[in-house]
Amino acid sequence: MSITIEPTVRVETRRQPLPPRERLEPIFQVEALDAIYGSKPAIKGVSMEIYKNLVTAIIGPSGCGKSTYIRCFNRMNDLIPSFTQTGTIRYHGQDICASNIDPVAVRRNIGMVFQRPNPFPKSIYDNVAWGCRVLGMKDDLDARVERALTQAALWDEVKDRLKASGLSLSGGQQQRLCIARAIAVEPDVVLMDEPASALDPIATQAIEQLMLDLKSEYTFVIVTHNMQQAARVADMTAFFSISRGDEGQRFGELIEYDATTKIFTAPSDRRTEDYVTGRFG
Amino acid sequence: MSAHGLSGPGLRLDRLPRRRRMNHVMEALSWLSAAVAIAILGIVVWSVASKGWSELNLDLLTKAPIPFSLTNAPQGLANAFAGTLVIVGLATAMALPVGILVAVYLNEFAPASIRTGVGLALDVLAGVPAIVVGIFVYVLLVVHHGGQSALKGAFALAILMLPFIARATIEVLALVPNSLREASLGLGVPQWRTTLSIVLPRATGGIVTGTVLAVARVAGETAPLLFTSSIVGTQVHWGPTQALQTIPVAIFELSESPDPKDHARAWAAGFILLLFILFASLTARWLATRSARKLAGR
Amino acid sequence: MSAADLSAEPTRRPFTGRRVRFGDVSLQVVAGAAAFGATLLVGLIVWKVVEGSRLSLSTFGLGFITRAEWNPTVGHEVYGAGSFIFGTLLTSSLALLLATPLALGVALFLTELAPRVVQAPITALVETLAAVPSVLIGLWGIYVLGPTLRSQIEPWLHSAFGFIPLFGNPSSAGASVFTAVIVLAIMILPIVSSISRELFRGVPPELKEGALALGTTRWEMVRGVVFPYARGGIAAALILGLGRAMGEAIAVTQVIGGTPTIQWNLFASGDTLASKIAASYQGAPSNLFSSSLVYLGLILLVLSLLANITAQWIVRSVARKHGVTRGGRA
Repeated sequence: MSITIEPTVRVETRRQPLPPRERLEPIFQVEALDAIYGSKPAIKGVSMEIYKNLVTAIIGPSGCGKSTYIRCFNRMNDLIPSFTQTGTIRYHGQDICASNIDPVAVRRNIGMVFQRPNPFPKSIYDNVAWGCRVLGMKDDLDARVERALTQAALWDEVKDRLKASGLSLSGGQQQRLCIARAIAVEPDVVLMDEPASALDPIATQAIEQLMLDLKSEYTFVIVTHNMQQAARVADMTAFFSISRGDEGQRFGELIEYDATTKIFTAPSDRRTEDYVTGRFG
Repeated sequence: MSAHGLSGPGLRLDRLPRRRRMNHVMEALSWLSAAVAIAILGIVVWSVASKGWSELNLDLLTKAPIPFSLTNAPQGLANAFAGTLVIVGLATAMALPVGILVAVYLNEFAPASIRTGVGLALDVLAGVPAIVVGIFVYVLLVVHHGGQSALKGAFALAILMLPFIARATIEVLALVPNSLREASLGLGVPQWRTTLSIVLPRATGGIVTGTVLAVARVAGETAPLLFTSSIVGTQVHWGPTQALQTIPVAIFELSESPDPKDHARAWAAGFILLLFILFASLTARWLATRSARKLAGR
Repeated sequence: MSAADLSAEPTRRPFTGRRVRFGDVSLQVVAGAAAFGATLLVGLIVWKVVEGSRLSLSTFGLGFITRAEWNPTVGHEVYGAGSFIFGTLLTSSLALLLATPLALGVALFLTELAPRVVQAPITALVETLAAVPSVLIGLWGIYVLGPTLRSQIEPWLHSAFGFIPLFGNPSSAGASVFTAVIVLAIMILPIVSSISRELFRGVPPELKEGALALGTTRWEMVRGVVFPYARGGIAAALILGLGRAMGEAIAVTQVIGGTPTIQWNLFASGDTLASKIAASYQGAPSNLFSSSLVYLGLILLVLSLLANITAQWIVRSVARKHGVTRGGRA
């Protein structure tokens, strides 16, 4: 059965083509992950591999558990008292969901940028430097701060006012400050939970360019409700959707996970096709 | 369970064990602080309860004190119990209407600038030490003006109660939904009637709570009464124009006496006072949660 | 129904006429008078206290504040507030020093560590400590705390740290500045703790998440985000606690011993402004005595007003910075 789909998502991208599957190095191996709030399941049965030095996008309709899913990777869901999970996420071979793994160590290597910019009430310099100081990276602090701000494409705009409060920046600048703060501590992975949803198109573009420029050093996993954004920046895309269980409860599920071009031009699952062509969602 | 940091290619531990230890130490200190605070409360309450319980008897409430324990006849603190009832009752009668009026003015009539100004004045008033309030009433009403009396003592206590009642009333008035006021005004009911017949009754729960808390606060106040109602006789009196003995002042005087029988009576009276205050505080808290639920539910 | 009735004008209350209702005006005036009166009360208090101290003010002037003598002997009456001011400042600041780490610890426990079930009861318990009347804490201080300190803690501290002038020879009487400091610390603990708790609770959760997401421990997050955010409010809480400690008369006078001298030994007896006033309530030997007592009250009033107004100012400027309005006002 051949499917012709009008490519409704037509987008310019400066993204390089995906390397062949054999040369991709998995950094996360998710197996049968269930995430539950109290008695309500948020996501069920997710299994996938996330590859190093790629941008992986998580897309899907609202309420399908994308944020919950991404927060499993850095144990941020631990902060919610009613949260439990089953299944494993292997990071460099170790299951980071295991109870004997210290979340502090996990977050050290897997950073996060949040939906709304949340800079600390400190100076721009201290926003970036604080994490380094606390984590023991005190040598050459000035150079570290400059490097992080440069990588976050913010250095030129703030280099003359590093002592100004982080809150004095515009929304887009604040978000880039948060990105600088996250990469200053040299994580392996940067998780982004809808990082540009609160920003204007120009600020959004800056952040997307950031990801493309930096993915040789970091691995990015980004949750986005904006399909065009996924099409622009992501190498791999995972599509989640809401399914209904036997007792009628709704939960999120991984429907399809593949190279972005395939997801948007020739998806295997009907539900993916419906979503990316805008027929629902 | 030993939590361990991840190790592997490219992953550093960054002094994690030391930082984790510091975190544990701080968490332990935090737990310890809470334990100490509760222990202190427990020790104080236990002391008062255990020492007071054994000395409790009906004589405390029914018999008058015998000055300097001149005889061995049974004595009590009847005059102090009576006096406390009178003075706290009078203080509440003075503070309640004024507190409500202040709150009504601030919440229903005053522009924002006056609200902040009066609010600040109330907060500053709440910070004036009780002993200074006692001195104030002493200079204002006692010296050169006929000496001590229960009324003057009640006035001093009323000054202490006023900020409490006003603040509690303001908060509960602010919770009354504006739609209620608008509905009443829309019917043509004048503002004064709306305020008195619609808004205030709705706020009754919060006002009662605030008043009970204020009563709990001043029932144990000694300092303002030292200069306004402390030169007293031993008989039980109810008239407000003379100085009346009160429980806190009686406890204060008994605690300084060298006679251990006096200390026993001090503990017993203290036990009753503490019971009353704890009961009043718990009642206020229960009332507060109940009226909060009502206001939210409706 | 006659035609005449139908054509008659229905009675109607006139819309014109008095716009301002008598009832509205009188309520506003009465309520406004109450508010006005309440505002003036503080001023009235200051005025009357100044008036009551006039005799002593004119006799001793401002030198009263520094003079450390208090001699009511007839014919040689000399009064001065120096030793009492020293006692007030010493006891209050030490009490604050003792209570602050404890109060912050309790507040942190309640906001960061306590399981949700336990938060409300423990909060209630700490606030109950504030409800215990000062005369009972003083009674407990005289007959339970004081003797325990005197027989066990003070000798040990003296032998271990006696080289510090604070830990001198324990007095035989049992009453001591040390007992008063502990009593005051207990009394200000609830205030500082509950204000701090509100402040910590007000830290936006996304700030805390942002810090934790970098891989910091809970304590590092508290130190780096919660404390700086709440810094202003905590300063206000401390100053309020200080003011409360300075003004406490009853519990202090019961345990401190009433010896007006300027000396540093915590284990000896001492005196403060508030406790001196409370101790002297049973009749004054002379007008100058009572006037000097009121003068002490004036100094105490000024000190606590300073503390209170400073704290209120800090609270309001911090609230402005964080963009919140106080209390339940819309």
